[in-house]
Amino acid sequence: MAEGKARFGTPLKIPGWVNYALVPLVNLFAALLISGIVILIVGDNPLKALEVLLYGAFGYPEAIGYTLYYTTNFIFTGLAVAIAFHCGLFNIGAEGQAALGGIGTAIVCLYLDWLPSWAIIPIAMIAAALFGAAWAYIPAYLQAKRGSHIVITTIMFNFIAASVLTYLLVEVLINPAGQSPESRPFIEATWLPFFHDFLSMPETPLNISFLYALVLSGGFYFFVWHTRWGYEIRVVGQNETAARYAGISPSRNIILAMMISGALAGFVGINEIQGVQQRLIIDFTNEYGFVGIAVALMGRNHPVGIFLAALLFGALYQGGSELAFEMKTINKEMVIVIQGLIILFSGALEHMFRPRIEAAYRRVATWRTVEAG
Amino acid sequence: MSEQNPALELRHVNKSFGPVHANKDISLSVNRSSIHGIVGENGAGKSTLMSIVYGFYQADSGEILINGVPCQIDNPQSSIEAGIGMVHQHFMLVDTFTVLENIILGIEGGACLSKGLAAAREELIRLEKEYSLEVNVDAIVGDLPVGLRQRVEILKALYREAEILILDEPTGVLTPQEADHLFRILDTLRKQGKTVILITHKLREIMAITDNVSVMRRGEMVAHAKTSETTRDALAEMMVGRSVLLRVAKSPAKPGETLLSLRDLTYVDADNVPRLKKIDLDLKAGEILGIAGVSGNGQSELLEILGGMRTPTSGSIRYKGRELVGSKAFSARNLRKIGIGHVPEDRHRAGLVLSFSANECTILGYHDNPEYNRGLRLDRDAMVRNCETYIEKYDIRPPDAYLLASDFSGGNQQKLVLAREMEQSPDVLLVGQPTRGVDIGAIEFIHKQLIQMRDAGKAILVVSVEIDEVMSIADRIAVMFDGEIVGEVSAEEATETRLGLMMAGVRESTTPEMA
Repeated sequence: MAEGKARFGTPLKIPGWVNYALVPLVNLFAALLISGIVILIVGDNPLKALEVLLYGAFGYPEAIGYTLYYTTNFIFTGLAVAIAFHCGLFNIGAEGQAALGGIGTAIVCLYLDWLPSWAIIPIAMIAAALFGAAWAYIPAYLQAKRGSHIVITTIMFNFIAASVLTYLLVEVLINPAGQSPESRPFIEATWLPFFHDFLSMPETPLNISFLYALVLSGGFYFFVWHTRWGYEIRVVGQNETAARYAGISPSRNIILAMMISGALAGFVGINEIQGVQQRLIIDFTNEYGFVGIAVALMGRNHPVGIFLAALLFGALYQGGSELAFEMKTINKEMVIVIQGLIILFSGALEHMFRPRIEAAYRRVATWRTVEAG
Repeated sequence: MSEQNPALELRHVNKSFGPVHANKDISLSVNRSSIHGIVGENGAGKSTLMSIVYGFYQADSGEILINGVPCQIDNPQSSIEAGIGMVHQHFMLVDTFTVLENIILGIEGGACLSKGLAAAREELIRLEKEYSLEVNVDAIVGDLPVGLRQRVEILKALYREAEILILDEPTGVLTPQEADHLFRILDTLRKQGKTVILITHKLREIMAITDNVSVMRRGEMVAHAKTSETTRDALAEMMVGRSVLLRVAKSPAKPGETLLSLRDLTYVDADNVPRLKKIDLDLKAGEILGIAGVSGNGQSELLEILGGMRTPTSGSIRYKGRELVGSKAFSARNLRKIGIGHVPEDRHRAGLVLSFSANECTILGYHDNPEYNRGLRLDRDAMVRNCETYIEKYDIRPPDAYLLASDFSGGNQQKLVLAREMEQSPDVLLVGQPTRGVDIGAIEFIHKQLIQMRDAGKAILVVSVEIDEVMSIADRIAVMFDGEIVGEVSAEEATETRLGLMMAGVRESTTPEMA
C-alpha cells in the first residue's frame, strides 16, 4: 500500500495513447458510422463507399500523390491555427492569410523571374511568409492594443483578402493574352520541383513543399516546447495574469504568434501557386484555411497529431472526389456531408466520448492494480 | 422521532476513487441544534465526505441516518428533500440575476415567473427577519460583496427548508469582519434549532464557534471531541499527525541598511479611483515588514506596483538608493534581475500556470536566465534538475517534476512558487498572502523559510490579511486602510485590538477623540 499512500488524493494519470490515439480513433469511427447510415439512407452500400474512398486515397501511386498534395496544405494551415491556439487565440483568418501568401509568391515569380532558380525559390517562400504575416499583423495589432476580438477581425479579413485577390487578378496582374482572371504563367525557372521529377511515379501535383511542411512541423515542435519564445507564447495563452507577473508582454506575444500563424498559412501559396498552378488564380485557397481549424483541433495542436489529421483530410479530399466520381448516388455535396461529420465529431464533439473512455480506462487500470496486488 | 436522535449520523462510510481510498470507515454523529466542526488538512477527505452527504457521490458502503431514520441519498435532490442544505466554497450563483431570482432557481413554481416570485419574496423577507440575514432581494448578485453573496447561499438553503446546513470552507473568501458576521449568523441559526456542519482547516474558527469537533486525516476520522474540552494545539497535532508549532520561534531582527524606500507613492486606477494615497515605507535588510489590513485596502495594488505589474501614478520608489519609477529597470522582468523577488497573492491567477508541469512553472519569470537557455534552446534538463532540487529542499509532494501544477495541493503549489522566488536569492522578497489556503504543516514550514531568509540578511515584505500570521512573523507591522498607512508598530508592541482598530481606519493619534 506504500504506493497507494504516496498517491493519496491525486487522480490517476491518463496515458498519452488514450488521449492522443484512442479518443480520436473512436471519434473518427463514430463519424464514419453516422456517414454510413446516411449513405444507407440515400440507398447505397456504405462498406462499398468506404472501400472506394480508401482506394481512391491510397490505392495506387497517383492517388497517394494527390492525397499527400492536399495533406501539405492542411499541414500548413493546421500548424497556423495551432500556433495561435497556443497563444489563446482563435485564428479564423488562415484562409485570407493563405490568399495573401499566394499573392506574395506570385509577385516574386512574376517580377523577379530574371533571378536564378536557386535564389527565386527561397525568395518566393519568404515573400509568402511575409505577406501572410503582414495580413495577420493587422488583426493581431487590433486585438493586442485595441481589444478588438480576433475572431471577428480575422473573419472580416478573409473577405477583404478574397476581394484583394480578385481585384489584383482582374485589374493588375491579369494575363493580357487571356480572358479569365488569372496571371500569366510563371517561367519554368521559378517552379518547384515535383516528386515525379525525381521519383519514378506518375505525374501528380505533389511537390517539394510537402517536405518543407514536414520540416516546418519539426521546427514548430522545437519552437513551441523548446525555446523561451514558445514558452512565452504558451504562458500568455494559458494565463495572461501569470504572464504579466512574469514580465512577459501579452500584446507582444499575441502579435508574434499571429504573425507566425499568418506566415504558416501563407505557405499554402507556395504549394498551390508556385508548386502546382504556376500562375496566380482566383479562389486557390479552396477552404484549406477553414479546414485547418479542424485539423488543429483534431491534432490537439501538436505537430504529430496535425500531420495525422492533415493526412486524414487529405485522404477525404482525394478519396472523396473519387467517391463522387465512382458512385452514382454520392455527389460532391454528399462528400462534404461526410467531411462535415468528421469535423463535427473530432472537433466540436471532442468531449463527447472522452470522459467515458477515461472513466473506462480508470476502471480497467484499477482492476489491474487490484489483480497485481 | 425521539429528541435524543442525532440530526445526522454516518455509520461506517467508505468511498474510493480508483486506488484512492478517500473515506475509510467514517462514523460521525452530529447533534441537533449544534454547530459541528470538521477539520483536516487539504485532501484529508472532508469535502468527499460532505459530497456523499449531499448526494454528489454515493458511498461504496455504509449508512446515512437523518433524525435516526436510515436515508437513501442518491443525488442532491434527495438530499434537499431530506432537509440538507449546502453552501459551497465557490458560490453557485448566477451573477447577472437578482438575489430573488437566484433563490428560486430550480423551484420557480410554474412556467410563469411572476406568481412564484411574489410568493418567494414574502417568504424570503420572513426568513431574513427570522435569522437576521439582511440582503436586498432585488440586488444583482454580481454587485454584492462576497460576504453578502454567501448570505444569499445560506438563504437559498433555508428557503429550501434545510434543517442541516453544511458550509464548506466558508471563510476562505471572507475578511475577518465578514467572518465574524458569518459566525453571528451561524449562532442565530443554532438558536433557531438548525444544525450546522462547518468544514474548515482554520482552527481559530473551530474554537470560536463550534460545539463539537471531528478531526480527519488521510481519509480517516481520527478523533471526536467537545470543543470546550480540547485546545488548538491538540487539534493541530491530530490533524497533522505530529506536534506542530503554531507560532514560529525567532530571534530579534537585526535590521541593516534600507533597501527599499517608498515616498508619496500614489496610484489611481483606470476608473479614476485612488487606490494608494501617498504611501511612505522603508524596508531594511534583515527584517520582515508585515502589511496588515482588511483585503481590498490597497495592499494588492502596492504589491503589484513593487512587483512591476503596475505603474504608480506618482511618487518615488528607491531601491538601494536608485530611483526605480520612470527608469528602465521598472518592469516585472527587470526588477527580478536587480534582485526583487515576488510571491504573488494569488498563486492560481498569477504565480503558476496550472496547466504547465512543475518544472515549467519553476522557470516562470526566469525563463530568460542563462542557466535555462542554451543558445536558441530552452535547457529542459536544467529545468527538471532545478525543479527536483526545489522539490527536495522544500519537501514538495508528490515529488514529481513532471506533474501538472494543478495536481499539487494548495500548500505544495505555494511551496513551488516560494522555492522559485527564494532560490534566485533576491535581496528583497515581496510575499503576498504567504499561507492562504495552505495546510498547517506547510504554514509552519513557510514561516520558517521566511525567517531563515531574513536571518540571511534579506529584506522581506509580507502582505497578509491574517492578523495572526502578521503578528507571528513580522518584526514591524504597518496597517493599511483605504489606500493609506494608518499606523506602524513594532511586533512587540502589537496587540490584536490595537491592530484591529487600525485596520478599521482608526489612527492612533486621534483615538482619544474617536470615543
